[in-house]
Amino acid sequence: MSFLTSLFGRKTSAPIARDRLQILLAHERAGEGQSELIAKLQEEILEVIKRHISVDQDKVQIKMDRGAGVSMLEIDIEVPEAKPAAKAD
Amino acid sequence: MAKVLVVTSGKGGVGKTTSTAALGAALAQTGKNVVVVDFDVGLRNLDLVMGAERRVVFDLINVVQGDAKLAQALIRDKRVETLSILPASQTRDKDALTPEGVARVIEELREKFDWVICDSPAGIERGAQLAMYHADQAVVVTNPEVSSVRDSDRIIGMLDSTTERAKKGEKIDKHLLLTRYDPSRAARGEMLRTEDVLEILSIPLLGIIPESEEVLRASNLGMPVTLSNPTSAPSRAYFEAVRRLEGETLDVSVPTERKGLFDWLFKRSVA
Repeated sequence: MSFLTSLFGRKTSAPIARDRLQILLAHERAGEGQSELIAKLQEEILEVIKRHISVDQDKVQIKMDRGAGVSMLEIDIEVPEAKPAAKAD
Repeated sequence: MAKVLVVTSGKGGVGKTTSTAALGAALAQTGKNVVVVDFDVGLRNLDLVMGAERRVVFDLINVVQGDAKLAQALIRDKRVETLSILPASQTRDKDALTPEGVARVIEELREKFDWVICDSPAGIERGAQLAMYHADQAVVVTNPEVSSVRDSDRIIGMLDSTTERAKKGEKIDKHLLLTRYDPSRAARGEMLRTEDVLEILSIPLLGIIPESEEVLRASNLGMPVTLSNPTSAPSRAYFEAVRRLEGETLDVSVPTERKGLFDWLFKRSVA
């Protein structure tokens, strides 16, 4: 089988399906609590940042990557440019 | 002691109704008193698959609401005398099913039959919840495909939390029925293997129903496949599944079609 796959240079898809399912279901079984936690984290982190700088909602990008061992919540905030006056030397 | 079995899946189109008809007929063919109950209100199809569509007078909702007696709504199968069907309503609203009414009908069915097999609607809503609520056992019908496996996982979670047994702290027996399985594609790594699905869902395997032309032929004819062609590969798998439901321990294999030269030639000529 591995000979055949290497011959045609195409990976079999079933193992990929199995791995994707295992990761997805591990998270889904962890239940509602976890997805609420992520939403809460996101909300509170933004709140703290807003206290110090004005954040444009359109300039906030939130990405989620759920892995087998670790999940990553990535919050990318574009901080507004400093005023031209401050730049003058 | 009657057993209530729900055939469920979450995802639609995986073979719940086909499997309900086949398992029900197979149990009845071994002499058990069986009723198959269609819970798919609004989209009933069990009557059609079983070839009883022209004999429906009253349905589950009429009985639930007290407009008809249970005996009036039950349709006796013409081929297997120990098999009956309780159809769903085609026209009524699905909210017409009340938990109290369903409880009363199931109780009455328990007294009359050895097996009460409930064909669940797709989804995880009210209809599916009502279909599984009184179950002692569940058959989770799953295709070797990612969306079906995911939905089955959800349904297994519901079986363990929202059923009457779960609420009483009792166990509900869950069985996996893998349908539309293609052993050669699985061997080539193109389809999830049985072991993959079992490892992910971790419930015991009731049977593997191979993808087969016989299943469509059976529904065309309005017959459970175990009646239309009892020696076909899917029928043999259903008969074995039924023996496991009855408590026998059997090794699970994937039955294969015995194809002759004629089949092969014919298949090529129409392809």
